[in-house]
Amino acid sequence: MLKIGPYEFNSRLLLGTGKYPSFDVQREAVEASATEVLTFAVRRMNIFEAGQPNFLEKLDLKKYKLLPNTAGASTAEEAVRIARLSKASGLCDMIKVEVIGCSKTLLPDPIETIKAAEILLDEGFIVLPYTSDDVVLARKLEELGCHAVMPCASPIGSGQGIINPINLQFITEQATVPIIVDAGIGSPADAALAMGLGADGVLLNTAVSSADDPVKMAKAMKLAIEAGRLGYEAGRMPQKRYASASSPAEGMIFS
Amino acid sequence: MKVVINGDAMELPDTVNRVSLLLEHFNLEQKVVIVELNQHILDKSTHAETILTDGDRIEIVHFVGGG
Repeated sequence: MLKIGPYEFNSRLLLGTGKYPSFDVQREAVEASATEVLTFAVRRMNIFEAGQPNFLEKLDLKKYKLLPNTAGASTAEEAVRIARLSKASGLCDMIKVEVIGCSKTLLPDPIETIKAAEILLDEGFIVLPYTSDDVVLARKLEELGCHAVMPCASPIGSGQGIINPINLQFITEQATVPIIVDAGIGSPADAALAMGLGADGVLLNTAVSSADDPVKMAKAMKLAIEAGRLGYEAGRMPQKRYASASSPAEGMIFS
Repeated sequence: MKVVINGDAMELPDTVNRVSLLLEHFNLEQKVVIVELNQHILDKSTHAETILTDGDRIEIVHFVGGG
């Protein structure tokens, strides 16, 4: 069970809703992933095209918790404004604090992220900050009162997988709030590794939406995250440098 | 009256003088939208009574796909 603030989830996969080839594929992928948390962005509406379909309207909102992000913000002030707008919808009180500090790498601005998290925690939000894989920063966000911390595996949408497994493991080992690996996951193997390193969940988007078959990939991610978590709970064997025979040395027919 | 909606200057009929009427004017009354008036986020329950005046800056936002 994944617990974030007051909420409990059976699924440890949090799914993004961007860049799918069609709403139909997206709906099927969401179903196949068995996710219970969907992320969204907040944007200006095209008021002259009210009839345009919107994925949110196609969802049974009783089945999902919404996790709006503050994507597009580059300062704490902008992130707070987006968070407040999302909460005013009356549909959610969770917020993924995402304050980008570098347009090329989309890596977060740690100082503005901390500022935004502080304000939003004060206002009663359930705060999940997107952060780099910095061990001290993750701890400081937890100490601030964040309900989960979401370090990236590698840059957003890059699909490069986990580029610093050691840092990620340091982060999961020290944490007492859920650690959700957010961004950079490219394959089910990456997702399973994240869980094996002790992550409590994985947030991904492009790995599913840009797969050749997003529905199949959504299912693969679900299974990988479950397998990775089970393996973590089971406790992996220690690694050794040399071989160690699995069959007994006694009773050989040659002696 | 002249207002700015989502960054675009436009002219509204004088009868569209409440936020709720504005949403109806653009057929948005059934949509999940959030309205900000002059940088002040409005609670849905206040849409019907919130008066629009000349020069207002209005943001109408919604949720879109994102990660």
